Amino acid sequence: MEFPKDLKYTKEHEWVKVEGKIATIGITDYAQDSLGDVVYVELPPEGGSVTKHEPFGVVESVKAVSDLYSPVSGSVTEVNDAIIDSPEAINEDPYGDAWMIKVEIAGQSELDDLLTADEYQKFIEEEK
Amino acid sequence: MVLKRTPLYDTHVSLGARMVPFAGWEMPVQYAGVKEEHLAVRSSCGLFDVSHMGEIEVSGDRAIDFVQLLITNDIERVSDGQCQYALLCRDSGGVVDDLIVYRFNIDRYLFVVNASNAGKVLDWMKEVQAREDFPDVGIEDQGGQYAQLALQGPAAVEILRPLLDIDPDGIGHFRFHMGLIGDDIEAIVSRTGYTGADGFEIYLAPEDAEAAWKTIMEAGSGHNLRPAGLGARDTLRLEMGYPLYGHELGEEITPIEAGLGKYVRFTKDFIGRDVLEKQAREGAGRTLAGIKMLEPGVPRQGYEIHAGGKKIGEVTSGTVSPSLNVGIAMGFVAPEAGKPGAEVSIVIRGRAAKAEITTLPFYRK
Repeated sequence: MEFPKDLKYTKEHEWVKVEGKIATIGITDYAQDSLGDVVYVELPPEGGSVTKHEPFGVVESVKAVSDLYSPVSGSVTEVNDAIIDSPEAINEDPYGDAWMIKVEIAGQSELDDLLTADEYQKFIEEEK
Repeated sequence: MVLKRTPLYDTHVSLGARMVPFAGWEMPVQYAGVKEEHLAVRSSCGLFDVSHMGEIEVSGDRAIDFVQLLITNDIERVSDGQCQYALLCRDSGGVVDDLIVYRFNIDRYLFVVNASNAGKVLDWMKEVQAREDFPDVGIEDQGGQYAQLALQGPAAVEILRPLLDIDPDGIGHFRFHMGLIGDDIEAIVSRTGYTGADGFEIYLAPEDAEAAWKTIMEAGSGHNLRPAGLGARDTLRLEMGYPLYGHELGEEITPIEAGLGKYVRFTKDFIGRDVLEKQAREGAGRTLAGIKMLEPGVPRQGYEIHAGGKKIGEVTSGTVSPSLNVGIAMGFVAPEAGKPGAEVSIVIRGRAAKAEITTLPFYRK
């Protein structure tokens, strides 16, 4: 299981890549593995807004429905439409092709409680 | 509650299976992935551990009369060495369980029942035995005496051929044979299953389960045989429109409502007959419908089914069909609303997603 060091993580199993004001968001390798085969994903529209700790979308596997929680607040600048047509990409490449949305971050304080790769890995070890 | 484990528990863990609680058992839900296992069963073959299923033997001079009274189907229509799908009803017509009866001979039958209902079926049989005066009929819980494997898929015959002491092609649909797997594993091998694929169910002593699993997996290595879990078992049965107890069948649902009228024989007597005969004659208040999504979205159990802006029913089972790549569901609706082609919608998280009533099964070979 992979936990790239250049990403930040949440306890709801999303990853965040911060580049300037833009946060790219997806779900972790651990999350996709726990879900099993992803068959459907619902994402917010481009231009919409997301709120930290609030659901921004849904990912469904064969057996389960899971809410996606936004790690930051801000406006959605880009949506990965490709994974709506090919949700299986979330299982295959969770940190790459299967990124979900890009958000223009409302303020730097949004990033304060995000976890490092080591902290996240430790968190899921304890959660098991 | 302490979960029971099948004799193959260690085998599943060593294969990396995800184990989940199911009907009081710790069972593998998936190994590599539900979709991969599902598609392996459709295109080549999958091997399932279904040792959690219950087995109850009914025997004695009057066993046939007792069985006839218990089940909706007619066991006199089959010969020794054949199996029959049937339902066990209360006086109300509600379903105690759906099951397969194996007819060894006129005096001996093996009922294969759902894991979650095994205790309930046993209690019901004993109640009927006392009430209807069958003191001489033997009713024996044999659940602990059998492990069960299901080898399912078009390659099942080829995989089993070198392992079995007769040609598996010689075992007709819904027939069974007492045979040897490998050199020395005694088994009951039946041409049955719950996936809609060709295949076999194999009953054997629990201590032989691991050796049989290994032997079959080795024989299947050239046929893309995969271990398959409960997840694939569920998507496979749903594609076929097979009812699942607790979803499309239950104490409050009759076989007529569940669309299983062809397994109900009014030419004989059985418990629940009056209610079912009336429903068959006058029509039941609801019918089980197949529903195919026309828009993206995954129908799930409990989601409302709407037509003309009004609720007409609820989804009892739903998923995305791995073979068809579209959302499919079953649910009970008013008979007049259940006509194939009728436009309906499924309410998915507040949004009405377009769907249509369709004939079952969803998947055809």
